[in-house]
Amino acid sequence: MIETQGLTKHFKDVRAVDGIDLTVAPGELVALLGPNGAGKSTTLRMLTTLIPPTSGTARVAGFDVVRQQREVRLRIGYIGQGNGAGHSQRGRDELISQGRAYGLGVKDARARAATLIESLGLAEVADRKVSSLSGGQRRRLDIAMGLIHAPDLLFLDEPSTGLDPQNRANLQEHILDLRARHETTIVLTTHYLDEADSMAERVIVVDRGRIIADDSPQRLKAEHVGDLITLGFGHEADAASAASTLSGLHPVREGTRLLISTQGAPRRVTGMLDDLRAGGSPAVEVEVTRPTLDDVFLKLTGRSLREGGTAETRELVEV
Amino acid sequence: MTTLITDTRTVFSRELRPVLRDPFTITFAMVQPLVFLGLFTPLLPDDSLQWFVPGIIVMSCLFASSMTGSNLLFEIQTGSHERMLVTPLRRPALLIGRALKEIVPMFAQAALIVAVCVPFGFRFNLAGALLGLIILAAFCIGLGALSYTLALASKNQEWLFWTVQQTLIFPLLLLAGVLLPIENGPGWLRALAKGNPLSYVVDAERALFGGDIWTSATLAGVIAAGATAALGLWAGVRAMRNSD
Repeated sequence: MIETQGLTKHFKDVRAVDGIDLTVAPGELVALLGPNGAGKSTTLRMLTTLIPPTSGTARVAGFDVVRQQREVRLRIGYIGQGNGAGHSQRGRDELISQGRAYGLGVKDARARAATLIESLGLAEVADRKVSSLSGGQRRRLDIAMGLIHAPDLLFLDEPSTGLDPQNRANLQEHILDLRARHETTIVLTTHYLDEADSMAERVIVVDRGRIIADDSPQRLKAEHVGDLITLGFGHEADAASAASTLSGLHPVREGTRLLISTQGAPRRVTGMLDDLRAGGSPAVEVEVTRPTLDDVFLKLTGRSLREGGTAETRELVEV
Repeated sequence: MTTLITDTRTVFSRELRPVLRDPFTITFAMVQPLVFLGLFTPLLPDDSLQWFVPGIIVMSCLFASSMTGSNLLFEIQTGSHERMLVTPLRRPALLIGRALKEIVPMFAQAALIVAVCVPFGFRFNLAGALLGLIILAAFCIGLGALSYTLALASKNQEWLFWTVQQTLIFPLLLLAGVLLPIENGPGWLRALAKGNPLSYVVDAERALFGGDIWTSATLAGVIAAGATAALGLWAGVRAMRNSD
């Protein structure tokens, strides 16, 4: 569905996108994850024909994004960061003219608009001025506009930015539902870690215009970080003896606590507790921390995504 | 399937819809030049209506189409322009549709102006006037496209749009002999007027409204309007392709 080679975009001296090779197969749901300014949106803007690449090539839905722009545009849907619907317009009118732009007849455009208004829960506000809609309603209207021609490939640029948690969850549901029902290929950018984690089967971590990791969230976490088991003991002596019992797992002792970095922690921890009890130094507390994509990013770049890309050291790194 | 014409219609009707939904503003805008005409023509020598009315029509279209980019500025900020750029709408249709939204109400206004002036002795040739409006539309599409281009260039600095628009519109107007004849001016001013495409359009309008259809003035007007349209569309399409 998407194939890029050495895709690059320079703005004056800034290498916003610096040689991206990317292949997305039909039906995939891919999240581009990275801090602000990593080049996610610029990549998306090249793939959607909004800006020409400085160098490299990209084929989207089978066509070249520079030489066959119209063919690409006919086949993709795009939901940008802003509001697609004009603020002085009415939602239903915008949906109909969007349908007309994709070549639907008046009747079909009306019918399609009505269907989308219904399925995105916009019936009450579709005939109001867009400027009077709430943020969440506008975002749903944007989604409806992006879907008017039932594209096989949908791009979403930071779809849930600025939405409250309830609207975010609602939006994510709509996207997943779309995927399940129509097998739409979906590429979205996000800097929300949980969003990438919960929605995408494939996360592409982008930093400074380059792809630094590309895998399923589970595998990214397992491969780059692993789980963290924290065991608490009554006395330092117990902790020390437990450390020798579990020496095969290279625990790090911090006072009365042991920190163990491992894979598959939830399964392993029960056996571990049995071993400790048998060894005479039972744990009194146990905590299993599963890694987040932020931990992956931190591990890969030495910077945290949560802090907008600034350096932040965390306990986990020391383990 | 879509064509340049259906795409233009899509853009045009989208643009016009909010205007039609708010008839107060449009009525107000329509009546404005009548006030202008009512206050200005008494100052002119007798029989100058024949000379002045085509100029007023050109002036309203000029002002309106130079504003094409102003609505766009807002839509660039909110994101709806970007959304339209990703659709398969043909790029010239985006330019023409938006310019036409400014021009078509002005043509309705032209009809109103003519209707009001006829009882005061204004005479016009219908075929000539219609041809004149087509020429004017071509010129205004070009100007509207340039206004669109200017809006794209000033998307992060709105003041730039207004500064350039205001700086250019009045010299363009005055140097075309819209309000006062150029013939009696000094040589340098006449030379500048000769370089102004709008001069030829205004001359053509006066000749055509007066019934002189097959003249060199008409031909010069067609060429000036056609060249402006071509330049505007070229610049606009190019700006859309390269804007980031």
